[in-house]
Amino acid sequence: MGHYVLRRVLQMIPVFLGATLLIFLMVYSLPGDPIAAMFGDKAADPATVANLRHQYYLDQPLWKQYLHYMNNIFHLDFGTSFTGRPVSEIMADAFPVTIRLALVAFFFEIVIGLPLGLIAGLKRGSVADTVVLLLTLVVISIPVFVLGYIAQTVFAINLGWVTATVQDSRDISQLILPGLVLASLSLAYVARLTRTSIGENLRADYMRTAVAKGLPRRTVIGRHLLRNSLIPVVTFLGTDLGALMGGAIVTEGIFNIAGVGNVLYKAINQKEGPTVVGIVTVLVLVYLVASLVVDLLYAVLDPRIRYA
Amino acid sequence: MPAGTRVRWAVVSATSVALVATGCGGNGGGSGGGSSDTSKTFTYQSSEPQNPLQPANANEVGGGRIVQNLFKGLADYDPSSGKLRMQAADKIDTSDAQTYNVTLKSGWTFHDGTAVTSKSFVDAWNWAASTKNNQINSSWFADIEGYADVHPASGNPTKDTMSGLTVQDDTHFTIKLSNKVSYFPYKLGYVAFSPLPEGFFKDPAGYGQKPVGNGPYEFVSWDHNSQVVTKTFANYQGVDKPKNGGVVFKMYTTAEAAYADLQSNNLDVMDQVPPSALANYKNDLGDRAIDAPQGGIQNVGFTLYQADWQGQDKAKVRQGLSMAIDRDTITKTVLQGSRKPATAWVAEGVEGYKSGTCGDFCTYNADKAKQLIQEGGGVPGNSIKITYNADGGHKEWVDAVCNSIRQATGVNCAGDPKTDFKTARAAITGHQINGLFRTGWVQDYPLNANFLADVYRTGAASNDTGYSSPEFDKLANEADQASSIQDTATGYQKAEEQLAIDMPAIPLWYYRTNSGFSTKVQNVTFDSFGNPAWTQVEVKG
Repeated sequence: MGHYVLRRVLQMIPVFLGATLLIFLMVYSLPGDPIAAMFGDKAADPATVANLRHQYYLDQPLWKQYLHYMNNIFHLDFGTSFTGRPVSEIMADAFPVTIRLALVAFFFEIVIGLPLGLIAGLKRGSVADTVVLLLTLVVISIPVFVLGYIAQTVFAINLGWVTATVQDSRDISQLILPGLVLASLSLAYVARLTRTSIGENLRADYMRTAVAKGLPRRTVIGRHLLRNSLIPVVTFLGTDLGALMGGAIVTEGIFNIAGVGNVLYKAINQKEGPTVVGIVTVLVLVYLVASLVVDLLYAVLDPRIRYA
Repeated sequence: MPAGTRVRWAVVSATSVALVATGCGGNGGGSGGGSSDTSKTFTYQSSEPQNPLQPANANEVGGGRIVQNLFKGLADYDPSSGKLRMQAADKIDTSDAQTYNVTLKSGWTFHDGTAVTSKSFVDAWNWAASTKNNQINSSWFADIEGYADVHPASGNPTKDTMSGLTVQDDTHFTIKLSNKVSYFPYKLGYVAFSPLPEGFFKDPAGYGQKPVGNGPYEFVSWDHNSQVVTKTFANYQGVDKPKNGGVVFKMYTTAEAAYADLQSNNLDVMDQVPPSALANYKNDLGDRAIDAPQGGIQNVGFTLYQADWQGQDKAKVRQGLSMAIDRDTITKTVLQGSRKPATAWVAEGVEGYKSGTCGDFCTYNADKAKQLIQEGGGVPGNSIKITYNADGGHKEWVDAVCNSIRQATGVNCAGDPKTDFKTARAAITGHQINGLFRTGWVQDYPLNANFLADVYRTGAASNDTGYSSPEFDKLANEADQASSIQDTATGYQKAEEQLAIDMPAIPLWYYRTNSGFSTKVQNVTFDSFGNPAWTQVEVKG
């Protein structure tokens, strides 16, 4: 087990290097000059442009820029943005916000998605099953921005139950609505995955055995059925956590949450290389760690899986 | 500056903002007349500044607006009339339009208590103009004598100060320009000309994060990506004493989110309603909706540098094309009333604005249009293309303009979209297009010279059409030599008449501020820069 984890962690190093290089290349090969863009529509002043370019190390060839950047990274210096703020400070501001939002969304996926799937899976063909299938189908087919604006209009503007946008992201109660919107799509997937998985496993031999042994229904479902059915769901949830962190741009935009998605979007628009590379690198690491945790969870869920 | 992309999602809109005008009156509405509490703050829709908060570094809307409120220069513009109005300066005198004598008012201080003196201005300008300090607005000082010493085109500056700036005493200094510019005081209203306190020069970066100014509001805190909080400066000496306790700039990434907040009273004053709300915002907000003129114009320019469009006959073709555009219908339908049909090349509400200079050529008349185009020998190949940037929401109206031209005259017309603003600009300035292109102008300062000299004078930096008219240049030069701003404005009105004869660009419509405010505030008015008269906003008690 320890060896396995160590091996996986070591594997992260080349992935990390490759990812930063790729992102770096992509950002810096985007068309347009970020320094000229700082002047907006006015003709950029050549002397100032040359100085700024030098200041941000942009007057060097690409490979030198990359080495310079990586060298800084190893000194834990993520560079500075055009506003003069260190990128590490920007990330320290944005990540907690997004983590809170992602956790709220994650919570809803599990607390709502799993039971819905369980009910539907256990009573296939029943009214409850049909309702769950229909509801999740609707949610999957509606784009998240439509859902977001509808929720905002109904609950904030018409009913006045919540504020239209998040005024203070430290207040978890304000994150409930955006969290639900963000969770909606994955929640539907979780419900459907659970339903399918449970439906399959209901007919498994070990289930028949467990029932024949006369075990209480709770034990049969909780220990035997659910645990075995969760593997595909956990796989999905693990990668979804990564998606929730970086892919919340639309939801963050609608509810004006200053999270990673928003900061990243702005940074890409301004072609702020250090900010984009820094954030995406951290997101890559989040994905890697999440998938490692998922792999380890397999062993917990299914004793037959062992890591040597 | 050329009117840019107006992507509401992005913060990159990057329109340079001139010093905010504050004061009484203004455009738009103010609902109610209840009591107000001068200690209460109000919130304003803003976006995260892209540069440190230094006056000469704030050329985009996010930072520009905040800096305008923290700093106040020699003069600013009255929000209702757009006229120049003295602030820190008592008077700015000149006898030859080249040497300006500035007399400061006494009693002005910075937020840290130090006095605002001649040195505060001169040091600030020298610092901002120097290439050593990389200020984005440094070219604003180019008129001043000795600019090339501190700001050479390449290499290191040879001096730290511009020879044109001389301090006489604490309240008097002179500005000597390298050429005559009769409307130079109008430029002084721009935020780059703000004074800086002595402490700034020791730690410019630190002051960029925690600015100390001399404006109506003082800096309290900057919670990045969330808000910038300001409070009223008790010792503010300007003519526009704040009627509220401060402005809180709330950062939004989308206008939609801001509009939702406005409707539920979590935001007090908006910048611009999102395009999705244009059709309904007046119904939604009632008398809290604002529809005010803005100092900006949308044009379609011609590639006059190409043989196809040269010669006096072709002016008739251009005039005919202009007459084939049904501005009234397009602004009402496609643009949902967010623009107003243009009748001249200078936007409404600008000093020197005169309606109707374009005359009949800006009035829809299909028969006359067809006739003029025929007389002029027709459009080359009977087909035109209008180049525009696809990221600025222009497609709808470009298509509508093309439809209008096609139906009225039978000339084939199609839009020619370029991916984004930068690509379109590169094609336009690189002369890589054929025929017509979308262009526009948003005022740097509210004077007609800015709309004319900077765009249509031979060789001007933003003369994208390649227009070169000896008559226009002569009239513009005469206007520049005038002894007063009024005479300059009148002189430029004469020059503008030449544009109707040559039609280098078709004026389409003027920009508007479509905005609104919450039920918690009143007396909200907007100036021609699209900014509210900040100090006049009253927060209900």
